[in-house]
Amino acid sequence: MIVADLTPDALRDRLSNGGLLLKIGPFSFELISPLPQVAEALMCLYADYPVLDDSQFVDYSITIARGAGWRRWFRRQAIFKFDGFEPFVPLPENHAFPLLEWAMNWCVSMHTYHYLLLHSAVIEREGCAVIMPAPPGSGKSTLCAGLVNRGWRLLSDELALVSLNDVSITPFGRPISLKNQSIDIMRRYVPQAVFSQVVHDTSKGTVSHMKVRPEHLARIAETAQARWVIFPKYVAGAAPRLTERSRADSLLELGRNSFNYLILGKQGFDVLANLVEACDCYDFEYGQLDDAVAMFEKLVTRRFCEA
Amino acid sequence: MKPDLLSSVWSTSNTRPALALRQWGALLGQARQATLLPRLAHLYADRGWLEQVPDGPRQHLEGAIRLADRQQHEVRWEVDCIARALRGLNTPVVLLKGAAYVMGEQAPARGRLFSDIDIMVDQAHILSAEARLLGGGWICEERDEYNQRYYREWMHEIPPLRHVQRDTFIDLHHTIAPPTSRFRVDGRKLLERVVPVRGYPGLFVLAPVDMVLHSAVHLFQEGEFGHGLRDLLDLNDLLLHFGARPGFWDELVERAVELGLQVPLFHALLHIHRLFGMSAPQHLRARVDRLGPGPMARWLMSWGLGLALRPMHPSCDTPLTGLARWLLYVRSHMLRMPLHLVIPHLLRKAWMRRFPNVPKDEAVLHPKA
Repeated sequence: MIVADLTPDALRDRLSNGGLLLKIGPFSFELISPLPQVAEALMCLYADYPVLDDSQFVDYSITIARGAGWRRWFRRQAIFKFDGFEPFVPLPENHAFPLLEWAMNWCVSMHTYHYLLLHSAVIEREGCAVIMPAPPGSGKSTLCAGLVNRGWRLLSDELALVSLNDVSITPFGRPISLKNQSIDIMRRYVPQAVFSQVVHDTSKGTVSHMKVRPEHLARIAETAQARWVIFPKYVAGAAPRLTERSRADSLLELGRNSFNYLILGKQGFDVLANLVEACDCYDFEYGQLDDAVAMFEKLVTRRFCEA
Repeated sequence: MKPDLLSSVWSTSNTRPALALRQWGALLGQARQATLLPRLAHLYADRGWLEQVPDGPRQHLEGAIRLADRQQHEVRWEVDCIARALRGLNTPVVLLKGAAYVMGEQAPARGRLFSDIDIMVDQAHILSAEARLLGGGWICEERDEYNQRYYREWMHEIPPLRHVQRDTFIDLHHTIAPPTSRFRVDGRKLLERVVPVRGYPGLFVLAPVDMVLHSAVHLFQEGEFGHGLRDLLDLNDLLLHFGARPGFWDELVERAVELGLQVPLFHALLHIHRLFGMSAPQHLRARVDRLGPGPMARWLMSWGLGLALRPMHPSCDTPLTGLARWLLYVRSHMLRMPLHLVIPHLLRKAWMRRFPNVPKDEAVLHPKA
């Protein structure tokens, strides 16, 4: 069964009484929320994701609840609860869906040790993956959203799940979070794309999530081999420029962008060392999405000419 | 009552609990909240049950073992740094609780998680110990004057010290219970019996009986029961570990009387027996029973702790759990301070909680590495 098989009433009922069990890549989530905007966004963006039945194992159980007391009526709030504990400050009630997305990322990034986790977008072509780590605001999500609508497959916009045994990446495809001007840029760039309702004034500014393409979701169990590490940077008006980055430096930067590198200890170091060994590492500056798409295209051509 | 799956795993001692896949989610959540996930994982590994755990939950258990291994590695490193900073202090530096279990290689260390390192020195040396730690890079972050005074005048420890580079915390104690407390203990009495840590000149741990009594008194006067079940399990492990030594149990009861800690020991033993099935040797049972308070207090505490020692997880909460925890919280403060101190203090704390100076995390994700 997938989410779209549930009637809106059935979905709302599961969300508010009992929980909706979603399978997303290698993880299963139980979502509990009485808030109508959560149900609406799930119907819109998660329509094609598998729903598990009650007998299945749940990795993370997430509650997005209403604020208590007078907050139920005035300046209403959305609260994230995990194991009965609230890791974040409450947000205004209309931020409930972005809060759910952040909560899912938080659960995975804080409690997963069987992959090396990188804060990074990952896309794939012909079985080869590009890892794009970047601090917030570097244009990573916009670039990722652009590329996955121009021939690349989305593995993840937020978290690279690197295998501890080889350099394969397991997809964790979820809606891409776009911020501020990127929302309009993407609407023009991909007119047929589906977006969740725009939410203003979050801690990241204005936010909207872009639905994963169904053909990418259909291949969510298919891993890819890491082949490139590219540190993207959007610079207004800049010409596209790809410069090689040393493997040693790339390793350090990837370590800095990892959630569990230190906990994995020597094994984490070995995984990163193997990863940069298997990859070509670059810095990439760009000012126009089309330039970026052309540049990534060239990478692939070069790679298959060599092979 | 909703099931406390977690403590029942320890009580069923040698039979593998039969859990449906769905229950595994609740068990792992309970263990995570009780900071016992790696302990649970080690229990499964030690009994050879890990291979039979289904893939989903097994990955969480194996991950928890990685996390705890890494933390213990860091604790050893941190203790090294502390020992170096305090070298030349000329008075024993005593590791308490988790750090003592790890450095003393004792049973509760296996899979134990840490939030800080507790150490104790003689009260006369506390300021010079603080000064040396300051030289080693630990700073006191408590800016609030009220809290500073609260710790330094009324508590058995100074405000927590944070290392400026590593973000690790030390709690520096001069005894194991507040001087204003009903269970006050003279730190010097504990120092008389400390045991050296092998390979670390200057570092000590409490004598086995004192270690048990400290853990018991800690459990009941901390007031926040987030770690209650973990502390009780520590005690269970310590008793299993030391209890086999001839004369240990008799010495434990004697020492509890000597230090005035009969009541905490009584409650601890009661709940260890209830949850994990272990009790004092036959010849001491009647004596242990006489350590407890009167029938009314006994019944109330048994009811309250019965609820408060459940994992703090929604799958375990009952309608009265919150009330029980609140009553024990208030009680812990009344044990710690006389009434004329405790009422203004709790009002002040309620006010500070309502209007905190330090904000919570914003809902944005960044790597910490």
